[in-house]
Amino acid sequence: MAEGKALRPDLAAIARNITPGTRVLDIGCGDGTLLSHLRDQSQVDARGMEIQSELVERCVTKGLSVVQGDADRDLSEYPDKAFDYTVLSQTLQTAARPDHMLDQLLRVGREAFVSFPNFAHWRTRTALMFGGRMPVTRALPVSWFETDNIHHVTIADFRELIAQKGVAVEGCWFFSGERAISPVGANWRAEFAVFKLSRNL
Amino acid sequence: MLSKPLSLDSGQVLPSATIAYETYGELAQDKSNAILICHALTGDQYVGSTHPVTGKPGWWERMVGPGKPIDTNLFHVICANVIGSCMGSTGPASAAEDGAPYGMRFPVLTIRDMVRGLVGLLDEMGIAQLHSVVGGSMGGMQALSLAANFPDRAARVLAIASTARHSAQNIAFHEVGRQAIMADPNWRDGDYYADDKTPDAGLAVARMAAHITYLSEAGLTDKFGRRLQNRDAKSFGFDADFQVESYLRYQGSGFTQRFDANSYLYITRAMDYFDLAEEHGGRLADAFAGHANNSGARFFLVSFDTDWLYPTAESRHIVHALNAAGAAVSFVELSAPHGHDSFLLEVPALDRAVRGFLDG
Repeated sequence: MAEGKALRPDLAAIARNITPGTRVLDIGCGDGTLLSHLRDQSQVDARGMEIQSELVERCVTKGLSVVQGDADRDLSEYPDKAFDYTVLSQTLQTAARPDHMLDQLLRVGREAFVSFPNFAHWRTRTALMFGGRMPVTRALPVSWFETDNIHHVTIADFRELIAQKGVAVEGCWFFSGERAISPVGANWRAEFAVFKLSRNL
Repeated sequence: MLSKPLSLDSGQVLPSATIAYETYGELAQDKSNAILICHALTGDQYVGSTHPVTGKPGWWERMVGPGKPIDTNLFHVICANVIGSCMGSTGPASAAEDGAPYGMRFPVLTIRDMVRGLVGLLDEMGIAQLHSVVGGSMGGMQALSLAANFPDRAARVLAIASTARHSAQNIAFHEVGRQAIMADPNWRDGDYYADDKTPDAGLAVARMAAHITYLSEAGLTDKFGRRLQNRDAKSFGFDADFQVESYLRYQGSGFTQRFDANSYLYITRAMDYFDLAEEHGGRLADAFAGHANNSGARFFLVSFDTDWLYPTAESRHIVHALNAAGAAVSFVELSAPHGHDSFLLEVPALDRAVRGFLDG
């Protein structure tokens, strides 16, 4: 695939699994990297939500349609099934209520992509076990008192939550640094996880 | 002069309407680079050039001009005086068919009527689709109304510090202004054009009350605080002891030099009547049905965090309706200290956002 700049691996996995010509809402879209990729490579009707006004400005300059908003509050304003896909990358762990957020993602979108840093990665476990302190790792580089991550989550926790909610896993991808890894032992080995979800009918 | 009569929401018809306008920058051969800028309540067509009455710079010169965010090296900018106003377009001071000024015989207008006048002007110019329609405050109402009622006429719609409807509070402030004008003995039921006695005192009070709503409390405190005007102690009288009083009086009296009191009545009424949802069956999303599924215009709404006249919630309300309609919409709330007037003042983030949207 022709690309100007390589996408972050979790975003690349999401982009590869989005059908061209569909409607996508990227929640916490940042500077619009994924959105402009989807628009330019896959003719996707790409929309975004972003909380920081400077990042919204940058998206608007790229010709993207991005609304400044707080996903915890403003996602509820979107109509049911307004999008084919909703995307929540590296944001679930910052939500006030990640379980409610999941409900909104699957209400607004027919399917949802969720990516998050895995708190059960061996580096995190080691740092906590031997350091006795909240881990500061390459996947979680910010100290406990200033991180936006208020709901740390592991792959096992996430699987349990979606099972409770009756949400089906349509696909999942795991990464260590830039590298995709196999699902075997992912809760130990993966720094990041990407899930594609749908609501069981 | 428009070649066709203007049918108005009231059911009345303006048989011959004149639209006064200014343009800046070259129109491309394919007419694809025209930007219509819609002015606010007391604005006019002099968006980027010296005002002929006051001699002051154009009201948005910091935004419009060569190399500016609305770059007249790239775009052909059109700015027209709305009907009902007093800078050359047909309004209550214009002559009716009997040769005498309309006064209060002028039909009550709506924002949509103003837009009909602007579209009439575009028709005369042969401009089928604007590159963008841009407006702040009442100008934003016109931009939204144009998008709702003439969905093919603009490819981009930029509404800054605006609203889709006037709230009770908005109407209340305007009513104070209108009552001040009509209480002025010189108003004489609007029939004051024949002699020099115009209702300046009432119009000045109207402007003073409105001006307060354009500023933030913090902005006023920062600019004036409780400082006294050219004196060391309070006068124990009713002179303008405080700087803020002196400032408002200056704003009020300066305004009467360039604005017609009846125009103020008619335009504030049009704003009060504005409710974009109401004219589309009560559901705002239906107003934007012509922009569904990415087929229509790109919208960009901008609000300011200190604007209490048309607060961010009003812009969000429009954004939600556009989303519900499936229109392509962006929205940002900018931080600026100046209240509603921020859209006219030095806000670098606004410059970036406007330039980015028009070029993006």
